[in-house]
Amino acid sequence: MTSRRIFLKSSALAIFGIGAIPGWLSRSVYAGDVYGKRRKKILVAIFQRGAVDGLNMVVPFGEPRYYQLRPSIAIPKPDGTSASAVDLDGFFGLHPSLASLKPMFDARRLAIVDAVGSPDPTRSHFDAQDYMESGTPGLKATSDGWMNRALLKAPGAVSPLRAVSLGSGLSRTLRGGNDAIALNNLNDFQVRDQKSAATFESMYDHSLDTVLHGTGRETFSAVKIMQSIQKQSYTPANGAKYPGGKFGQNLQQIARLIKADVGIEVAFAEVGGWDTHVNEARQLDNNLLDFGQSLAALYQDLGDRMEDVTVVTMSEFGRTVRENGDRGTDHGHANVMFVMGGDVQGGKIYGDWPGLADDSQLYEGRDLNLTTDFRDVLGELVAKHMGNPNLNAVFPGYKNPKFRGVLA
Amino acid sequence: MNHRLFVGVLALALPGLSSSPKSVKPPKTDQLFQKKLGKDQQMLHALDRLTFGPRPGDVERLKKIGLKKWIDQQLHPERIKENALLEAQLLPLESLRMTPLETVQHYPPPQLIKAIANGKQPLPDDPILRATVERLIARYKARKGLESDTNTADLEPVRPLDEVLDSWELQTLAAGTPDRKRELLEAMPAGKMEAMLIAMPRPQRQQLFNAAPTGVRRSILLLNAPQQVVSYDLLESKLLRAIESNHQLAEELDDFWFNHFNVFYEKGADRFLIPEYERDVIRPNVLGKFRDLLEATAKSPAMLFYLDNFQSVRPDLDANNKNKKVKRGLNENYGRELMELHTLGVNGGYTQQDVTEVARCFTGWTILEPRKGGGFFFNDKLHDKGEKVVLGHVIPAGGGMDDGEKVLDILATHPSTARFISKELAQRFVADNPPGALVEKMAQTFLATGGDIREVMKTMLDSKEFWSQGAYRAKLKTPFEMVASSVRALGADVTDAWALANQVGNLGEPLYRKQEPTGYSNLNSEWVNSAALLNRLNFALQLAKNGVVGVKVDTRRFGNNPEMVAKTLMYRSASPQTRAAINKALLDQKQKTPALVAGLVIGSPDFQRR
Repeated sequence: MTSRRIFLKSSALAIFGIGAIPGWLSRSVYAGDVYGKRRKKILVAIFQRGAVDGLNMVVPFGEPRYYQLRPSIAIPKPDGTSASAVDLDGFFGLHPSLASLKPMFDARRLAIVDAVGSPDPTRSHFDAQDYMESGTPGLKATSDGWMNRALLKAPGAVSPLRAVSLGSGLSRTLRGGNDAIALNNLNDFQVRDQKSAATFESMYDHSLDTVLHGTGRETFSAVKIMQSIQKQSYTPANGAKYPGGKFGQNLQQIARLIKADVGIEVAFAEVGGWDTHVNEARQLDNNLLDFGQSLAALYQDLGDRMEDVTVVTMSEFGRTVRENGDRGTDHGHANVMFVMGGDVQGGKIYGDWPGLADDSQLYEGRDLNLTTDFRDVLGELVAKHMGNPNLNAVFPGYKNPKFRGVLA
Repeated sequence: MNHRLFVGVLALALPGLSSSPKSVKPPKTDQLFQKKLGKDQQMLHALDRLTFGPRPGDVERLKKIGLKKWIDQQLHPERIKENALLEAQLLPLESLRMTPLETVQHYPPPQLIKAIANGKQPLPDDPILRATVERLIARYKARKGLESDTNTADLEPVRPLDEVLDSWELQTLAAGTPDRKRELLEAMPAGKMEAMLIAMPRPQRQQLFNAAPTGVRRSILLLNAPQQVVSYDLLESKLLRAIESNHQLAEELDDFWFNHFNVFYEKGADRFLIPEYERDVIRPNVLGKFRDLLEATAKSPAMLFYLDNFQSVRPDLDANNKNKKVKRGLNENYGRELMELHTLGVNGGYTQQDVTEVARCFTGWTILEPRKGGGFFFNDKLHDKGEKVVLGHVIPAGGGMDDGEKVLDILATHPSTARFISKELAQRFVADNPPGALVEKMAQTFLATGGDIREVMKTMLDSKEFWSQGAYRAKLKTPFEMVASSVRALGADVTDAWALANQVGNLGEPLYRKQEPTGYSNLNSEWVNSAALLNRLNFALQLAKNGVVGVKVDTRRFGNNPEMVAKTLMYRSASPQTRAAINKALLDQKQKTPALVAGLVIGSPDFQRR
């Protein structure tokens, strides 16, 4: 009998797209996934760039030392006032600006994973983002992103809009062998002169310039689909109101693409402004309000479609447990992730809380310790939600992911 | 002994350089870096890489001067006379020449408005500025509820517009073509212009913005939001210089070094510190000694503010002071980025401990009144006097400002820095993956000359790798290069560049607005994605059709023969694929206009390379 090991190796090749894989093989690899029988599941990843202060996002108000170490920026214990934490389980509470997410938590559609992050010790934004997006902490040479690798090799033609990165650049998370497009504004996604559009399409389609040929092909097939969406005006459903900022608008565009049924499978959006070295409180108040209301609007707008969608949030590392001299916090270690969606086992805070009681509980005596690897969370989503069992290929070098049971 | 140590470090740092056995065939790209360019290719390559793209006639001019002499001139910009037209165009951009203090006074931020409102500062004399400030004060007071009788009506101008302008003028401004509006504005005496702008309600003023010449545009901004004038001047000058300066290599290097020592315009005080930063810190040093450039950035208020060092103090300062509710302390941000991004590179061999020690060395490097435009200031009282160990070097206790200077010495002469800077330059000017041997040669020059940037550039420009097929057209144009090179190739007349600067942003890299200290990537893969590609194509068509405000293009002189147009705009034939697509388009379209052909060439894959 062909050993299981060899079989797994071949399927790893299939996902990397190395060489032509016969149809029967790619079919049998995903035998568990019945094509055409179910609607495609959609994964939305959100990156909070700049290292959000997870300890003020999900407040460990049951931890007395939290208040000692953050005399001027700690969020008060839940007391019913609008400045205090929103109680979740008697120990943790949401930042008051995230109150809009409480209904989802109560409806068990929002799960929180705490003390989670990348095991790499770097405190460089650049490196830590790079590692989290490539899915290979400590390895700079990885050229593609975990979310691109997570896409299943589909039999037959795939939608050019299966992987969409919101913003003017294609995010690192979505770079790689599978087609992925960057989308700044859905309505602007076109060559404004129709006739020249065809000319450019032919130029780029036939070009021998490998970089531009590839980008051109992705671009023009996406343009065609986008034209049909552009013709219809969009009103969010169920009274959802997206905040006017870039992030909220990007989530609205994701909802629009999902509802248009154009074959989107993964989407990526980012939101910045979390590097709160100085005067943290005011910045977090504003940014978390925008963040929470945007997520809540997406949830509301998608309504029943949320059954097919999982949204996951992440940030490159956490921030120091102690506040610094400028009423801010510096670069730290473990952080918090949100998972929201129809098949989420929500209403619960996952992970092992390492404690803040004394410095020996802290990472390097200063930061929240890490008890869950971010790949445990993403791996579970890739395997259970996207139906891609081949985590060795999605997170190469990560041997034994420990699923936390965030998904049913 | 030192030499040996250095070679060892380099060999370690450059995997694959010393270790590839002779029996193994080098990969294809390595062979390409051994293949020489022909004479004509060399000329084009020099213009592609060392300028923002050739203009009509540039190749002929270069041939006349000779390649060697031309390069030597570009390496010594002080020997080339600057374009007088450019200098005249930069003249109205007054904030470029101001000190930060003057900038604050002329383009007041909200804090200054508050101070004037509270009588702590006098009202300005300039009529436009005075009107602005009076209105901003009224708004401020209304918001604060200081004067109960202030209602919004008082914020609007007292003098009606029809007292300032006659009916014909009003008609032109309301319904005239952009050209007619512009003619009217250009002919208007300064006093009348001021009265008109002050009399206009804000939305009407905003509508004038597109059609207005630079001087009027600055006045409009000044009336609406004074600080925006500073941004306007910066963007305007960046584009004008890239397009029109005779010091092309220096302008490329200005872009390179500003990006290397990136600061972000939208961060607080940096809104009025950046003009000085680019003018006095970056530009004088682009071909100078790296150590000077490094120190200038370290002491610049713009960098001190951007990376928070201005408020980093010795850890014990407030720690035990019970009267201080807010305790100041050490901030590691600058210490880390100084090593990771400015000097050693992330794999340059430093630890978290080094980051903390470097941060301690720079405590007390601060700004005198940072929000009022004060300069660099060393505050000994804030300085950590303890002993520090940086990368194995002991910095003894009791030091002052010299602790930071010593760190800069250590970093500026470190082999990792030599290699990191050389590799970045080679990535910008040669190829995404420059040959290791070239980087090593450049790094050795860096170390041997005490970090002389001009000499490092010379080593690169003398190398066979620079003049090789591996480098030829190996780079895609950055958004900035794409915009500037299109305008240059078309020989367009730029009266104002503000709309062009917006295009650079649309293409994915807004100028002065990269938030992260990394700056924009030097690598091709970062520049072209689907959204940005569509914007490149749209820009190409719009520019050639004369649709970009402030830029006049006359494509008629290029004709509508695709082959001729390609040769004029790119100095080379279009690829067969591009040619075929354009020819097909011209068969189908009744309007085979020169503008269409030029737009298609500018948007072609061929033109995206340099």
